[in-house]
Amino acid sequence: MKTETVNRKFREPQFYAPKADTYRLLPYNFIRLNQFREVLVNFVGDFLIVPAGTASRVADRQIVKDEGLYKDLLANFFIYEDAALIDVLATRYRTKMSFLDEFTALHIFVVTLRCNHTCHYCQVSRVTEDKSKFDMSLEDIDSAVDHMFRTNATNITMEFQGGEPLLAFDTIQYAIERALRLSEEHSKKITFVICTNATIYTDEILGFCKRHGVLISTSLDGPNFIHDSNRKKPGQSSYKEVVKGIGVFREHLGHDQVSALMTTSTLSLDHPKEIIDTYLENGFSNIFLRSISPYGFALHNAKKNSYDSQRFLEFYKKGLDYILELNFNGIHFVEDSTLIFLRKMLTPFSTGYVDLQSPSGLVNSVIVYNYDGCVYASDESRMLAESRDRTFMLGHVRDSYESLFFGEKVQKLSAAFCNESLAGCSDCALRIYCGSDPVFNHATQGDMYGYRPTSGYCQKNMGIMKHLLQLMETRGKQVTDIFTTWIGGK
Amino acid sequence: MIALRTKGLALGVGDTIVGRIVPGHDASHSLYVSKVSIDEFDPRKSLIDCLLTTYEALETTIHYPVVGRIPGLGHLSTGDIVAIDPSGLIRTVYRAESEHNAFFVTDRCNSNCLMCSQPPRNIDDIDYHHNINVQMLDLIPTSTQQMGITGGEPTLLGPKLLELLTKSKANLPDTDIHMLSNGRAFAWKEFTHDYAGINDRLVVGIPLYADNSRDHDYIVQARDAFTQTVLGLHNLERYGIRVEVRIVLHKLSYLRLPQLARFIYRNLPFVDHVAFMGLEYVGYTPHNHDLLWIEPREYMDQLDEAISYLTSVGMNCSIYNLQHCLLRQSLWQYSRKSISDWKRNYPLECTGCTKIDECGGVFSTSRRLSKELSPIF
Repeated sequence: MKTETVNRKFREPQFYAPKADTYRLLPYNFIRLNQFREVLVNFVGDFLIVPAGTASRVADRQIVKDEGLYKDLLANFFIYEDAALIDVLATRYRTKMSFLDEFTALHIFVVTLRCNHTCHYCQVSRVTEDKSKFDMSLEDIDSAVDHMFRTNATNITMEFQGGEPLLAFDTIQYAIERALRLSEEHSKKITFVICTNATIYTDEILGFCKRHGVLISTSLDGPNFIHDSNRKKPGQSSYKEVVKGIGVFREHLGHDQVSALMTTSTLSLDHPKEIIDTYLENGFSNIFLRSISPYGFALHNAKKNSYDSQRFLEFYKKGLDYILELNFNGIHFVEDSTLIFLRKMLTPFSTGYVDLQSPSGLVNSVIVYNYDGCVYASDESRMLAESRDRTFMLGHVRDSYESLFFGEKVQKLSAAFCNESLAGCSDCALRIYCGSDPVFNHATQGDMYGYRPTSGYCQKNMGIMKHLLQLMETRGKQVTDIFTTWIGGK
Repeated sequence: MIALRTKGLALGVGDTIVGRIVPGHDASHSLYVSKVSIDEFDPRKSLIDCLLTTYEALETTIHYPVVGRIPGLGHLSTGDIVAIDPSGLIRTVYRAESEHNAFFVTDRCNSNCLMCSQPPRNIDDIDYHHNINVQMLDLIPTSTQQMGITGGEPTLLGPKLLELLTKSKANLPDTDIHMLSNGRAFAWKEFTHDYAGINDRLVVGIPLYADNSRDHDYIVQARDAFTQTVLGLHNLERYGIRVEVRIVLHKLSYLRLPQLARFIYRNLPFVDHVAFMGLEYVGYTPHNHDLLWIEPREYMDQLDEAISYLTSVGMNCSIYNLQHCLLRQSLWQYSRKSISDWKRNYPLECTGCTKIDECGGVFSTSRRLSKELSPIF
């Protein structure tokens, strides 16, 4: 065996320092958190909380190599030296945007507008016996299911809404069976969800749901004095009924097959703790502190349902504080909107939540087939239509797939659904964690592009994101450890 | 420590002979080496490739190669595979009773890590080892659970590494192949592409010592190594080859362990496994003592934070080569008995320890151990 002479002498760190005398910049943005701290956010959403003024020091090449920050900036793709890991950054970006690979994955079928409740914030429901007028026809179901199978998504969610969809159980049954028959030839996997007030359950319904692994999503607004005030069931306590219903569905379908959503009314705002306790008492380990959509039918009852973003944010913060307290005491309990933001901020993965994505969830992630066969870009879009605003109606279910999903209406929408290109969003450091909502803009400000300084969407989401960053900054490891377990799903 | 090499006086050994130990008539003094399977071997009829003996070998009496005057054969068992050089050197290249067998492919390396336990040598040894490894592949039982591929740097074999992996899949379809590589060569997509789909049991263990090029390149003493290794990890993922990340704990790597953990989750979330490894005090390490040596207690906070974070976000972590008495108790659950059986040792300090069964012991090769080793009662 030959031996070569190669120098194996060890060299000093300076030998491996880059040849260039200064670093170069990668795209990043920043936002002031408070007087002393600011947040730097890179191209793919990694962030650093640093002393105020750092963003400009970085840009002015004033960060010196022996500062700890220098390596943080290198490791987090804010700056680079000889060669940037552009391929890695590209993969990171593709991963963040991978929700787009799926295109429309959520297909909402409004099988009926009929309901046995008269909730004061409800935009759409009718208490009536007139099936022919307010139920979706089977011919329209057929057309909608055909559209559903045209999507790229391999995993589809088929969600049944109302009204109270279980009043039209026959229609649901027909739709699910048809979808299952077609799913094999299209090689798609379908998840079924029924959004119900959980007051209707026959053996037939329970058996069917069990057989097809149907998920039940119900409404629980808080303790009985809040729930019953928001959600009226003529002659009965809706709270008692829903708690009983949750129990029945869990018993037959399994505990985790049943989830609940809450809507924040004006009355709710003063009772975050009581609402969360109600979720705990009823065996839930998560809650979605969800503000009401401030338009459409909800405004008919402005006193009960209209509040500004600041009041909602106070409610949210108190609620989250209490939830963190629970976690410190060893009770695993998650706030869902927080988790959505945390996934965006703390993980490399994509979070396809339709209300918080860019390009917007409209059409890209969700489509609504209404009871009358009209097709809408989102659930809120069809609610607007109930107030005679059909801006976001894409056509009729019997129109072609191309004209519905790629037609003129959608093309118009697409000009306003990327926050990358919206004034007031494009240069915002928190843009990558946020979304765009042309429907919200249109409904509250009169045009799809919206005006950020007075946008309720902007105020609410910025408020939440800044609050989360503040929490991580001021309370450090105590809070980040909890957040890390949330994103890890443990 | 179990000896893996011995030497005698070779007669008639032309090229390196690779064969299996089969039962002889007098095992403590003579052993046969043959390629015939153990069940079918019959000393009167079967082809004998070599005779190993402690006695004097006489040229006139033999019909096959012999190595005589071997000091002892006690370290060899039936089923072990040996490589016998013309010089009389007898190396055990596969031990039937061990779960820690590996193909050793080369002493060459394109890095020069400050803490290398087996410093690279600039010798032209690739063909020599490859010849042995390819022959071994015909002799290793298919029931073998895991085989390592180690060096040196295996990717320096070029097409021969592909041949080794392909033949491993053909001969040992159910054996996990664990290859240790610095991953730098995989930075080239065309290179990595050739590895796609050739062995679905392959996992590549790749070291990453920092979240930035300055620290990593200095530790491995190779410019651009960080960039190449990170790109390499991405390319391996791109072509569906499983990877694990390995981190050696020492004075130059411990301060940014939490940052490195975050870097791994954000940029390499696809890795199967992250292994944190205690220092083996041998090779270059004693020479670089002042740069590297640190008591494990001094890095326990950083190690704990890194592992807590990675496991919380759902990544698999292990700790290798660190003894229970030096680890925070909450970390015991990640500790694995990783030290190969032939170099695992429990020194005097372990006497009376109640955790000895769970503990992986120390490297018998380490020339220095922590001063803080002490029995747990």
